[in-house]
Amino acid sequence: MAETILDFKNVCFSWKNSGRELLNLPELLVKQHDHVFLQGPSGSGKSTLLALVGGILVSESGTLKVLGTEIKSLSSSARDSFRVDHIGFIFQLFNLLPYLSIEENVILPLSFSKIRSKRAGRTKIDQVKEAHRLLKALGLGEQLAEKSPVTELSVGQQQRVAAARALIGNPELIIADEPTSALDADLRHSFLDLLFSECKKAGSTLLFVSHDSSLSELFKRKISMDEINNKVN
Amino acid sequence: MVNLFIRSLWNRRGTALLTIFSISVSVTLLLGVENIRKGVRTSFSSAVSGTDIIVGARGGSLQLLLYSIFRIGNAPNNLSWESYIEFNNDKRVKWTIPISLGDSHRGFRVLGTNQNYFKYFRYGSKKKLGFSKGKSFSKLFDAVIGSEVARNLNYQLNEDIIIAHGTGNKSFLKHDDRPFKVVGILRPTGTPVDQTVHVSLEGITAMHIDWESGAPPMEGESLSSEDILKRDLKSEEITSFLIGLKSKIHVFGLQREINTYKEEPLSAIMPGVALQELWNILRTAETGLRVISWFVLFTGLLGMLTALLSGLNERRREMAILRSVGAGPSTISFLLIFEAVFLTFTGILFGLCFLYITLFVSRPLLETYFGLFLPINPPSFNDLFLLGGIILAAMFMGIIPAFKAYRQSLVDGMTIRL
Repeated sequence: MAETILDFKNVCFSWKNSGRELLNLPELLVKQHDHVFLQGPSGSGKSTLLALVGGILVSESGTLKVLGTEIKSLSSSARDSFRVDHIGFIFQLFNLLPYLSIEENVILPLSFSKIRSKRAGRTKIDQVKEAHRLLKALGLGEQLAEKSPVTELSVGQQQRVAAARALIGNPELIIADEPTSALDADLRHSFLDLLFSECKKAGSTLLFVSHDSSLSELFKRKISMDEINNKVN
Repeated sequence: MVNLFIRSLWNRRGTALLTIFSISVSVTLLLGVENIRKGVRTSFSSAVSGTDIIVGARGGSLQLLLYSIFRIGNAPNNLSWESYIEFNNDKRVKWTIPISLGDSHRGFRVLGTNQNYFKYFRYGSKKKLGFSKGKSFSKLFDAVIGSEVARNLNYQLNEDIIIAHGTGNKSFLKHDDRPFKVVGILRPTGTPVDQTVHVSLEGITAMHIDWESGAPPMEGESLSSEDILKRDLKSEEITSFLIGLKSKIHVFGLQREINTYKEEPLSAIMPGVALQELWNILRTAETGLRVISWFVLFTGLLGMLTALLSGLNERRREMAILRSVGAGPSTISFLLIFEAVFLTFTGILFGLCFLYITLFVSRPLLETYFGLFLPINPPSFNDLFLLGGIILAAMFMGIIPAFKAYRQSLVDGMTIRL
């Protein structure tokens, strides 16, 4: 019996001042090891959904459990640590801190999360080794050896560093928010292949968000935002 | 976390360095003004000690203090030898030091006095004058020079010096027919004594013998030094004199007596009281300087605030990334406050370095040109208190960008809406 990773029930969210409803989600369930493709045009509530899962925003009604924990019941600082403990994020662009090296960018979440830090390795050296392993697996061995500054990496390489950062310490959930939209078509597929295989190795569930439906056939499960979101316009 | 902070700041080192620099300059200025203020005060206060009363011709008390002790300005008039002897013989008086001014040697004032000067004159914390070389004057044309005179003009013992009439550096009238010989060099005192050429009262009289109403004698009429030695060289006038009393109780009584002296219009002052008058005059200037340096500091901190605030927009990405890896809004705002404090603290450290370097470099110059002896002390408790206050102010200023960053990172969350 696979564990439930995400469990939405009647979750509503609207901006307090405008009163406009952004999200009304009667039900959404994501099980462990699922690779979910969440598709929807901009304005369909994707970003709101991710912010709710990450604990940046809090829903006003309904229940949202991440790994069985009701997000709403946590304090804001507990949500911050819950986020880093259990979720790895990859964004569309600008994922890396320009002043850190490649490996420092990868191990960044470990300094904020004891759980992931422990999983990545007992000592600092082990953790760096794990970062190197991930980077090599993602095809960045050369850049690592050359100690290239992150600002000199191509967009595709930067996204792979971001993937390594999301994966380090094996968080239960990886959320990828349009990570491939800045990449060329053939790069997209190779990036996804790498992401899938690393998610599998880490035992992480993947929630992949994109407006690009051409990628959807690579996923076992597809969800369209328009179908699940009952927001009233 | 600390590593992250340092790397982030290093990434913005240009602005950070400028901020640190502007804060350090203002700290240097602030403490420098404070230091000079204290230096001037100690310098003035240490120039005379142990003297109970200063007597001169009738005039302002500050003026009397300035010309008799600090060799600043000129006496309005002289006082008669008879008056001096009268008070010198007063039974309440322990000692007197006669002072005769009016001549100079290459910009340094010449002071005519007697042996009492070396015996009773005190400076600083009741310190006595001492000789680094040679001895006191004993012959008519002997001179004892202050340490600064010796250093500045590179004079050794037995050097012949020619004294000029009047006090300007470029006096045309010179007593070149009667050269003096350096017989003693005084130890440095950090007071105007260092810049004074001391000769005997008789020497002063001898220089001016056969001068008619301030003009040199006609050609061929001047007396030879041998002739002068045969003359009676009793002084007729002196400029002022210092009095030390047997008991302080008599200060006010004697002061009143001198001020109301029937034979001649005289002024008697107590050095401490006259100094107080000087402080009152200087206070306005001091306050002005202090206000300016506070404003400079304020500008420095404001510059930091500007840099932090304008940097926030460029740093939104950085903050969003930090949030995605678990940093809370409070962590992010703390980073900004910490940055403000760190920049200010570093600025203060640099400022202190600047200050002490400047003090060390400028001390000999100030001493030479202004006779101002700046004591170099470690920052006082007061200074540290001031610096602590600056850091506190920086912390409060840091709250502004921190609050903005807090709001911003709440709204932005993990994705940047640019």
